[in-house]
Amino acid sequence: MTDVSSTSSLLAVDDRTRRRNAAEKRFRVYGVIAIVLAMLALAGLMTSILTNGLSAFKQTFVTLEVYLDPAKLDKDGSGDLEKIRKVSTFGYAPLIRNTLQTHLDAPNMAVDDLSAKDAVKMISNESAAEMRRFVLANPDMIGETVSFKFLASGRVDGYYKGRVTMESAERDSNISPQQLMFADKLKDAGLLETSFNWGFLTRADASENRPEAAGLGVAILGSLYMMAVVLCLTLPIGVAASIYLEEFAPKNWFTDIVEVNISNLAAVPSIVFGILGLAIFINFAGLPQSAPIVGGLVLTLMTLPTIIISTRASLKAVPPSIRDAALGVGASKMQAVFHHVLPLAAPGILTGTIIGLAQALGETAPLLLIGMVAFVREFPGAPPEGLFDPAAALPVQVYNWTQRADPAFAERASGAIIVLLVFLLFMNAIAIILRRRFERRW
Amino acid sequence: MYDAPILGDTVDQKTTKISARDVQVYYGDTHAIKDVNVDIDSKTVTAFIGPSGCGKSTFLRCINRMNDTIDVCRVVGDIKIDGEDIYDKRVDPVQLRAKVGMVFQKPNPFPKSIYDNIAYGPRIHGLAKNKADLDVIVEKSLRRGAIWDEVKDRLDAPGTGLSGGQQQRLCIARAVATEPEVLLMDEPCSALDPIATAQVEELIDELRNQFSVVIVTHSMQQAARVSQKTAFFHLGNLVEYGDTSQIFTNPLDERTQNYITGRIG
Ligand SMILES: Nc1ncnc2c1ncn2[C@@H]1O[C@H](COP(=O)(O)OP(=O)(O)O)[C@@H](O)[C@H]1O
Ligand SMILES: [Mg+2]
Repeated sequence: MTDVSSTSSLLAVDDRTRRRNAAEKRFRVYGVIAIVLAMLALAGLMTSILTNGLSAFKQTFVTLEVYLDPAKLDKDGSGDLEKIRKVSTFGYAPLIRNTLQTHLDAPNMAVDDLSAKDAVKMISNESAAEMRRFVLANPDMIGETVSFKFLASGRVDGYYKGRVTMESAERDSNISPQQLMFADKLKDAGLLETSFNWGFLTRADASENRPEAAGLGVAILGSLYMMAVVLCLTLPIGVAASIYLEEFAPKNWFTDIVEVNISNLAAVPSIVFGILGLAIFINFAGLPQSAPIVGGLVLTLMTLPTIIISTRASLKAVPPSIRDAALGVGASKMQAVFHHVLPLAAPGILTGTIIGLAQALGETAPLLLIGMVAFVREFPGAPPEGLFDPAAALPVQVYNWTQRADPAFAERASGAIIVLLVFLLFMNAIAIILRRRFERRW
Repeated sequence: MYDAPILGDTVDQKTTKISARDVQVYYGDTHAIKDVNVDIDSKTVTAFIGPSGCGKSTFLRCINRMNDTIDVCRVVGDIKIDGEDIYDKRVDPVQLRAKVGMVFQKPNPFPKSIYDNIAYGPRIHGLAKNKADLDVIVEKSLRRGAIWDEVKDRLDAPGTGLSGGQQQRLCIARAVATEPEVLLMDEPCSALDPIATAQVEELIDELRNQFSVVIVTHSMQQAARVSQKTAFFHLGNLVEYGDTSQIFTNPLDERTQNYITGRIG
């Protein structure tokens, strides 16, 4: 009873324990530091993209009442659509100039050294084409005064987004301080306003000198078409291949080789799939360039290994006791797989598929090789024929716009990245919802 | 209290249900079952006992060809049920398994409703013509599984939500739903508490009226309580086979003697 050792008190922490606790504390600190760094990097990335790109969703518009002069558009007054069609966009520009002239002539609106001819340059080049489309669709409006909401030119738009200043306009051949002053007057008069830019999501790409008219419509549609192709091909092929390999294939040297090769394919750089696609689908099979079908096929090749690997992992995760149970009551192997194993593996398979799709959605390199960098102004048709029409793709559009000189395209590129990220977030959300819904609650 | 061997259990019209001749089982190079010869009677509970790893499960799984699902497993010899060789090329293991039901060591209900657990077998074998038929089969099977009263109000509840003992009785009910003639049980009570074990044992005794039951157990007391015949396996050999009362009171082989007195195992 007397030999209570002095070291055995629980109130005094011994050296060993102290060292152990210190090590644990250090480890936790490292963890926190790592997470904080990751969050900071993410926050930095997001702020950079958002500050650069959010402005792409706003656009400066000028509302003008234009008199559709019959003397210019329908010289003989016949109303014959064929004749009206002969008037090119150059015939429409003077109409806008006339309207601007009346505004310049109004009291307090004149700006020194600014002619109506210069003022027209503040309106997007796209505007004349827009008017022409309107007139061709409504030939009976000739002779009327119609209110149009025109895109302001990229420089005027940039002025209201802080990209262009009076000083930079001084040195810029595309814009002058006088034009900007007139823009301010139009704004005070309520004719110029900045509003949400639906055109960014619905318009096709536009040429180098009219960034204000460039939109993501064709790219979004092209990406959707490609995703549809990828989904329709990878899910059945990938799931069938995985089920066969996991549940039915005999284990021998041949299936071992297949297995090793699938893992290797998952690690092959995506540009290699682009070269393969170029050689097989375009040069050999003769499919058209820059078509979503080819893009979809190439991305399918790229995504298949990923999906097969994740599907096999989900199949493996189903406890063997379920297979035994099914076989034990006399189910065939196929019944055991399709009635019991596959439903249990479905959430994992779906998650893997959507993550594979998300990867494919953001893939750029292989698409460059099959010609999806081409400048595409026309929307592809409705599927299935539309799959063979030229189209762009979201990530390639980002790449394209970053290559262009006008800083307005840099803003659009960031805006396109935001759209891409929103799509990815949306897909991940679907993956989570599907997993929740399909997950057995028992 | 359960230790007394069941003596003098009379079995009417004993006929041989399963007969095995010179059965060898190999897992790759491992010779797991050696020269096993045994005749298992109909309407009898036969217990397989022996130290773990001696091949009880392996031999049991030969009887419904569950070993076919293991790639490396190879079975040699004859196993006949009602005189028909079950390893004949013309035999479809799927049909065989409807006739020879199996209950596994760990309760493994499907992650579906209690109703669907039972109805699955009859459905895939086309035993019910309509929903009413199926309802009858489900109720009858659950009654045979001695679990009807506990689950009759919640047939739509998940089978995996039951307690371990209930799950095992559900699995037994599922196995009898396809009207098998032989019921194989691989240590069906090893994951159960004593009360659930007692319930399952009682159930096995009742099942004897309709089925030939073969049960693997590592509990000698259990073998003594539920079986009429006992087979003792050791290192892949069938050492001794006979009436349970004789094996437990008067074993002929020294190894059996040592095992039941607790010297090997
Ligand atoms: N799937 C398998 N693959 C390889 N060897 C196995 C397999 N299953 C069992 N065995 C071997 O067969 C022998 C008998 O096993 P088993 O029949 O499970 O014994 P018991 O059920 O009597 O404990 C053991 O030596 C075991 O290692
Ligand atoms: Mg065993």
